[in-house]
Amino acid sequence: MIAGKATPLVDGIEKVTGRARYTGDLGLSALCGEILRSPHAHAEIVRIDASRARALPGVRAVLTGADCAVAYGILPIAHNEYPLARERVRYWGEPVAAVAAEDEATAQAALELIEVEYRPLPAYFEPKDALAGDTLLHADKPRNVEREVEQSFGDVSAGFAAADLVREVSFHYAEVTHAQMEPDAALAEYDAERGTLTLQSVTQVPYYVHLTLAQCLEMSPSAIRIVKPFVGGGFGHRTECLNFEIIAALLARAARGAVRIELSREQTFVMHHGRPQTDIRLKIGLRKNGEITAVEADCVQRGGAYAGYGIVTILYAGALLHALYRVPAARYHGVRVYTNTPPCGPMRGHGSVDMRHAFESLLDSMAQELQLDAFALRRANLISAPYRAMNDLQVNSCGLGECLEKIEAASRWRERKGRMPSGRGLGMACSHYVSGAAKPVHWTGEPHATVNLRLDFDGSITLLTGAADIGQGSSTLLAMVAAEVLGVGLERIRVIAADSALTPKDNGSYSSRVSYMGGNAALAAAREMKKVLDGAGGSTFEEKVRNALKDTGPITTSGTYTVPPELQGGKFRGAGVGPSPAFSYAAQVVEVAVDEDTGEIHVEKIWVAQDCGFAINPLAVEGQIQGAVWMGMGQALGEATRYEPPHGLPSRANFLDYRFPTIADSPPIETFIVEAHDPHGPFGAKEASEGALAGFLPAFTNAVADAVGIRAHQLPLTADALFEALRKRRRAEKLKAA
Amino acid sequence: MARHLSLTVNGRAREDAVEHNLLLIDYLRSHRGLTGTKRGCDGGECGACTVLIDGEPRLACLTLAANCDGRAVETIESQNQHGTLSALQRAFHEKLGTQCGFCTPGMIMAAAALLRRNPRPSEAEIREGLGGNLCRCTGYVKIIEAVREAAR
Repeated sequence: MIAGKATPLVDGIEKVTGRARYTGDLGLSALCGEILRSPHAHAEIVRIDASRARALPGVRAVLTGADCAVAYGILPIAHNEYPLARERVRYWGEPVAAVAAEDEATAQAALELIEVEYRPLPAYFEPKDALAGDTLLHADKPRNVEREVEQSFGDVSAGFAAADLVREVSFHYAEVTHAQMEPDAALAEYDAERGTLTLQSVTQVPYYVHLTLAQCLEMSPSAIRIVKPFVGGGFGHRTECLNFEIIAALLARAARGAVRIELSREQTFVMHHGRPQTDIRLKIGLRKNGEITAVEADCVQRGGAYAGYGIVTILYAGALLHALYRVPAARYHGVRVYTNTPPCGPMRGHGSVDMRHAFESLLDSMAQELQLDAFALRRANLISAPYRAMNDLQVNSCGLGECLEKIEAASRWRERKGRMPSGRGLGMACSHYVSGAAKPVHWTGEPHATVNLRLDFDGSITLLTGAADIGQGSSTLLAMVAAEVLGVGLERIRVIAADSALTPKDNGSYSSRVSYMGGNAALAAAREMKKVLDGAGGSTFEEKVRNALKDTGPITTSGTYTVPPELQGGKFRGAGVGPSPAFSYAAQVVEVAVDEDTGEIHVEKIWVAQDCGFAINPLAVEGQIQGAVWMGMGQALGEATRYEPPHGLPSRANFLDYRFPTIADSPPIETFIVEAHDPHGPFGAKEASEGALAGFLPAFTNAVADAVGIRAHQLPLTADALFEALRKRRRAEKLKAA
Repeated sequence: MARHLSLTVNGRAREDAVEHNLLLIDYLRSHRGLTGTKRGCDGGECGACTVLIDGEPRLACLTLAANCDGRAVETIESQNQHGTLSALQRAFHEKLGTQCGFCTPGMIMAAAALLRRNPRPSEAEIREGLGGNLCRCTGYVKIIEAVREAAR
């Protein structure tokens, strides 16, 4: 048995020895690419004169917006960004010009010689100002609204009328960003003799980078090769083609050579594409027994300057109101607003995280009012699979009930809840997530995933996949699936991933799609290979290989996966976002200790259970779950970006001011794997790396409420914020006593 | 202005002429080709470039190469001896103390310094010893398990 056994990563040795080559480790002798960036949050570009930069010895190429007139963007319906700004800049740090030079000092000197004249425009840093403002960021978007979404399912008014308790609360969430450890980088090599381009980059989605480069450089995709070296994390940051990747390619072509761009940490922060600042108004109706009767939500997201995945994010926030619990009626209104801040994008738990905090937080306070236990309230609303949500999300497996049992027992909830010493508290919450989006971003009609297996005379098996391993262990998982089916050891399988010259197209590593979709494709390819080997006959593996190759020579099998139509969701507008072939479920309990004099909050322990269908690699599943809840902890406790008016200067674009927890601040995390086999997952597997994140935030604020009686409706909940809330309450109590 | 530098890197004596303002991280990566030492931030924030200088953990991005004259520098590439993983490397691999791997070289070097000082650290001492090394993937749980395993 290989599937189901804790297995170290197939590329782990490279990582622990320092042999793993990341993009920044490559092409150290290439030309140095540097980017000139906007010093304004919003301005017209009146004039650019790059002639003095071009004349500087050692400069090999200088580009401005005039050199690329093709707009791009991840969604085919929303292309409104240029690799180098044309006519207008819309956020501080937006690329305006770029230089390739023989060394960094020359490139920097050249940037200083580029003259840019700007005419500043009114800049909007808050959605309310952008909505009311006279200036449009994009001429075709009135009120600066990127997308307004209205969805209603079931009889919402009747639902509220039938409720015994209806409550409504408003919440505010700061913008957070991925802060993956590896800064952004790209190495572009242009072969001027042949007119071909090779790009190595930090991407999660080589295929989308490939498409975008072909489009922006107006080259045939067949003349472009995309290679993904080791990637130092992503969490959604690298889920679309990013400006520096296109700029590196444009520079390499202009310089007729190789150009390397390495962004600083500050520039990587400005690249952003993270979770938007979000305002939510949420109303829930409950019966006395805790059953949900209706839900109504308003959501405003500060999207930043360009479209990116924005439409998807605002739709996810509404779509995933469903399919965690039985929700008989729900109305959702979402507004995605353009602002003069760096573009937002998908971040782990895409679209679902802030809404889930609001939901679980409101449930917790309503449970208290109804004198219901938090677990009992969730149990009153459990889904029993198969279940089709009001918005047509199809749930074929759900292990949430078992998740609840695990953490309730492990945290000794029943014995301890309500009996904690002063300043200590317990809180719980649930969450869920998709195992891949049922509709890919670029709908071509091709299978969602393809894996090839190659068998040659030496008896080794090469697994070829376009899926990008970014540290989550996808290459290991695919190798395990193939090895399991073929009945061979893992050492016989070599994985080659994400090199467009060798590997079949894959939609990439986002929306937790690889385990399910790539896994199913690997399963199909391996079954095909096994059929060939079994048919060839022989008593040993070597003998089977010899017999199988006799007439045909080396063998390649191909396996694909396509989401069946019944799992692709409904037909209403926006129905493409939310559907997934399978949903993961998670529940967690968080214990906190609060210092009531200082407001300092310490997370003492987390108990988390996740239903991942089947843990193909339990070691990696544990690692993903732990990393996910911990990332939720960062958002809950302190992470927040900040842009200073009037120019939008980012004042937290470093690891000291953008604080995520160190090892000293991080609690023990006890992890439980629940396996509600999905009927269509590979060996029953579903996703494991996003579902648990969202639950941390509400479990945490519910624990703080349990500890000191203060409910946070704004995140992050810093020590300063809690101190202020405690002080206010004390003052109010004093006034009352007097 | 170039100056003469004589040091040992991973046990080998090296003589070089380096610019007086060259950072150790750039000396290691560009001059010596030792790209295991990573740059994760704009200076002194993340610990990914942790190396040992005369056995002490130091940030290569805040150290001038010229200041290493006469000293012994050890990088992640020194951990693997004669093709065998060190106990820390083995534990980080087997316990999944590494996911994306970008913080791993610095994390292992900081842990190596800790274990030399204190071969049997408590959990609290591990947290203190690695307090300057950020990781964004693991939540640190399996990093702590890996260091404990290596110290066993």
